[in-house]
Amino acid sequence: MVSPIGIFAEDMVNFIERYFGWLLDLFKNILNWPLDMLGRVLYNIDPTIFIIILFIISILVTKRLVAPILISAAFYLIYWMGYWNSAMITLNMVLVSALVAILLAMPLGIWSARSERANPVIKALMDFMQTMPAFVYLIPAVIFFGLGIVPGVVATVIFSMPPVVRLTNLGIRQVHTEMNDVADAFGSTEFQKLTKVQIPAAMPSIMAGVNQCIMLSLSMVVITAMIGGGGLGQDIVYALSRVDVALGFEAGLAVVLIAMVLDRLTQAFKDTK
Amino acid sequence: MGLSTNIKRPIKTVDDKFNNMMKTKTGLMKSKVERPFRAILSNFCTSYHNGRSHDDVFAGTELPMDDNGDFIAIRVKNLSKIFGKHPESAIRLLKEGMSKEEVHRTTSNDVGIYDVSFDVKEGELFVLMGLSGSGKSTLERCMNRLIQPTSGQVIIDGLDIMSLDEDTIRMVRRKKMSMVFQNFGLLPHRDIKNNVAYGLEIQGVPEAERIQTAKRYIEMVGLSGYEDNYPSDLSGGMKQRVGLARALATNPDILFMDEAFSALDPMIRNDMQDELQKIQSELRKTIVFVTHDLNEALKLGDRIALMRDGRIVQIGTAEDILRNPADDYVSRFVREVDRTKVLTAGVFMRRPRNILHTSQGLRTALRIMEESDRNTMLVVDRKNHLAGMVESDDVLKAVRSGGVLEDVVVCDVPTVRTDTPMKDVIQIMVTTNFPIPVVSDDNTLLGVISPSVAAEVLGEGGDL
Repeated sequence: MVSPIGIFAEDMVNFIERYFGWLLDLFKNILNWPLDMLGRVLYNIDPTIFIIILFIISILVTKRLVAPILISAAFYLIYWMGYWNSAMITLNMVLVSALVAILLAMPLGIWSARSERANPVIKALMDFMQTMPAFVYLIPAVIFFGLGIVPGVVATVIFSMPPVVRLTNLGIRQVHTEMNDVADAFGSTEFQKLTKVQIPAAMPSIMAGVNQCIMLSLSMVVITAMIGGGGLGQDIVYALSRVDVALGFEAGLAVVLIAMVLDRLTQAFKDTK
Repeated sequence: MGLSTNIKRPIKTVDDKFNNMMKTKTGLMKSKVERPFRAILSNFCTSYHNGRSHDDVFAGTELPMDDNGDFIAIRVKNLSKIFGKHPESAIRLLKEGMSKEEVHRTTSNDVGIYDVSFDVKEGELFVLMGLSGSGKSTLERCMNRLIQPTSGQVIIDGLDIMSLDEDTIRMVRRKKMSMVFQNFGLLPHRDIKNNVAYGLEIQGVPEAERIQTAKRYIEMVGLSGYEDNYPSDLSGGMKQRVGLARALATNPDILFMDEAFSALDPMIRNDMQDELQKIQSELRKTIVFVTHDLNEALKLGDRIALMRDGRIVQIGTAEDILRNPADDYVSRFVREVDRTKVLTAGVFMRRPRNILHTSQGLRTALRIMEESDRNTMLVVDRKNHLAGMVESDDVLKAVRSGGVLEDVVVCDVPTVRTDTPMKDVIQIMVTTNFPIPVVSDDNTLLGVISPSVAAEVLGEGGDL
């Protein structure tokens, strides 16, 4: 038995599917574009070249030597264990999801920081998105976008957006009142105040949100694998169904390694700001 | 000049003498000097402000004058600020004579300032002084409308700031005024030159030009070489120098300084006060300086407004306030002051007696010294310029050997100005045992300070 609330949700989903299908297709195509672009690079690049480029980038970002060596070693380990292709699929999905989530979340965070009316509404929405079990919105995601990587990205974006919104909001609200007075006293417009004072001052907080966003995206890989997301998540689901400890551990380790690498890189980026 | 006399606003230039000169020939100079210069300025202003420039805002406004013929840069009239939901009821109760505390108890509104009126003269360093909660910072922020006053007027260069819409007040803030903050308010993500250039960047000044200007002001506050450092590299005093440079970089007429030196160590604070005085003697801005430190107020302020519970208790020069405190509150306040720091040579000098003129001879000198029982005497020339000093022993020797006055005049005499603090005068006195001459800028002898004054200055509670 389902109560009217569930019936209503189902009706809504059907309604959207029937009348806004064109919009959903458009949305799917838009999401497919960055996935395709990044995928073309990641799926075809030679592991050695990838690791060298990663090494150079991490030296530039961290300005140290030990961390980049460990970062490169982590990816070499993934390659050595034989999970390179899965790892690239996962990385593609995670990076695109995080990018989309950040692009959507930052304006929302800024809006909620500057509007006392929008703030409680956005807050409630974020609570809903973050705590509603991920499996629940996989159902409409599959109905809307079919099986594959796109519904996985959609589910991941929904799950990983809230920390960016919250921390952007918090960061801007915590900008010292004197800073805002400085902006006003020199005659800044609201836009100048936002871009030249508030956002730069809130940057550490915003970057902490970005870091959290990437971590949460990675935590979704197994769930998205259930609707055909592929990648390391698929290996884990496969291992689970066969009760294969060795396979499960190796794929899980690869996820952990990617998570640590992305974490260190975004952390370092946060500190250089 | 009557109180209501109005004259066309003078034009601002960095050069104060030029500025003063133009006060008399405004109309003529305006067309010759100001127009082309302003035309260039407004070129980029207009693109940012729907076709209106700063000059349009102040066009046709007149700068009022006070009784002494000084221009009034800021006139505050019956200004009140009530924090809370029902300011009208609070104002009504205040009119009935209720105190700040009573109003807070009955209406739960906070009185920031109530019915404050005063004038700030052009080029004056005006200090708002009071303890925390006296409303001095609120008052200052009302003057540039960072806080929206409840009622009253702030008239800057003849323009009522309260009547302006958001766009216009923004333009006034960009060009007319700027602010220095208690905790420096530097932007941590910008290096020093870009911090200083912030105000110019907001105005849309091209990058090369604004960095060049910023560097000039960084040099002015003595921080050359730190252009590329970040605020976190700097000490507190240096940070506030940056704050000052940033405020000056837009070349505003009015500077608001909100407890600008209060967060600094006493030594650094003293340096910064000297620095401000030095810069002020060059630029002659109109400065409204908020402080809770009476010593600072007395040292810096041309005039001081003492505030208490959101009202002004007394306005006057340092001497006025020290000599004639308006009420018990002020006199209790004043008792804490280090008198030697505030009182200046001008207050303690006496009219010089027993002076020798260069035309007089050695024998006259000897006679005067014998009559007045002194062993030194000051010598002045026909125009009353200080020529030096003679000592009785030298005079006696010269008389015996048949010399002339010029041979025995000691030219290297320590002198002080009327604005030299007594503290410094006493320091000179310790090393000498003769009266110290007080001279003006062109070395005219104005008076002397006799050693006996030192006791008077240092004496506790003596009648000043």
